Amino acid sequence: MDALIQQFFNLDIMSRALPLVLQGLWQTVVLCLIVIPLGLIGGLLFALVSLARSRTVRYAMIVAIDFFRAVPPLVLLIFIYSGLPFAGIRLSPLTAVALAFFLNTSSYYGEIYRAGIESVGRGQWDAARSTGLNAFHTLASVILPQAVRNVLPDLVSNTVEVVKLTSIASVVALPELLYSADMARSITFNASPIVLAAAIYLVMLWPVVRLISRLERRMAS
Amino acid sequence: MNAFLETFFKPNLIAQYWPDILKGILVTIEIALAVVICGLLLGLLLAVIRSFQVKAVNTLIVIFVDMFRALPPLVIVLIVYFGLPNVGINIPSFAVLWLVLTLVLAAFAEEIFWAGILSVPKGQWEAARSTGFGFLGTLGYIVLPQAVRITVPPITNRTVAITKNTALGMVIGVPEILSQATSAQSFSGNATPLMMGALAYVILFIPVVALGRYLETRFAWRRS
Repeated sequence: MDALIQQFFNLDIMSRALPLVLQGLWQTVVLCLIVIPLGLIGGLLFALVSLARSRTVRYAMIVAIDFFRAVPPLVLLIFIYSGLPFAGIRLSPLTAVALAFFLNTSSYYGEIYRAGIESVGRGQWDAARSTGLNAFHTLASVILPQAVRNVLPDLVSNTVEVVKLTSIASVVALPELLYSADMARSITFNASPIVLAAAIYLVMLWPVVRLISRLERRMAS
Repeated sequence: MNAFLETFFKPNLIAQYWPDILKGILVTIEIALAVVICGLLLGLLLAVIRSFQVKAVNTLIVIFVDMFRALPPLVIVLIVYFGLPNVGINIPSFAVLWLVLTLVLAAFAEEIFWAGILSVPKGQWEAARSTGFGFLGTLGYIVLPQAVRITVPPITNRTVAITKNTALGMVIGVPEILSQATSAQSFSGNATPLMMGALAYVILFIPVVALGRYLETRFAWRRS
């Protein structure tokens, strides 16, 4: 039992690792502020293209979305970060992460938006257009507000997944939360710094996970 | 165009590394199947236990489920992989990956199955009980068949998303597709093996992603 505490909950090691881990946390926050808006905007774009009038465009987008949902994000990231340089395209870890996340999370967000937009009745379009709103205004002030409300739990839940996913940036040496914690682990030969990082993830995400359960239950009833 | 082919689809490298990638594919399939079967069964079991409404037990289940939904899988993998040997527990890296992903899938599956059970109207319970079914009979024959049916699309999508995390095995040296591909890449100094690995994932997972899409439109019971 004592060995277990020494190995996983060593407060002394945790307090020494804390400054490094907090630096990592800051990087994670910055990373989230980049990739979440990127995914939300990209997803909207993907959704609109996948609802295009042209059948060819629609199917091409759906194939692309399914492709990026089939490739594990870590594979995509490593391909972009260490495969593309062979073709002369060398990206910094941050750019590589941003690009991989854009492709992956936009596909997931895109599917959610699409479900949301499809859940708004066709009549809403017709009614809005017939009152003189143009296509853009119809989308922005009539369709999307209803669509987003209908799929809000899924949007929030996917955002939690995106935040969790930022941990794979550690694999390409981006010094975010997990990377810093793992560095502290390799110096101290002790898992406590990673447990500390886990605790930080829990503090950030547990309330949101609870919120999702509530939202889902409210939507269901 | 030629340079592109030389970089990503070099024929002699494809021939050379094909057996390695294939080995990786087999490892990925083995771990993925074990994760899917164990994770879904454990998730269903937890949801059934939760329906007995024993307060202390349910609190524990909710804590387990919330924790594994909130923590990044890679974080749990690293804690287990680097932490356990130091307290005298040695488990091979593929088992670490299997265990962690099974628990993550179980957590998500429990939540979805539980939502499914809750969505079955109370009248179904009452009607079944009044015809003489016991609690377990009602659950097994009346409630679960309806609950599981609604949960098929979300469970499929979630299962695919979690199974894809087998690629995290690369970080702890499980010889699955991605680690075969990256080590072949560093040996050959060419991106071809990486492309092969990525394509292997696409071939493995596109059918299930497409199945999920189909189930979503076809099977989902419309809630209005």
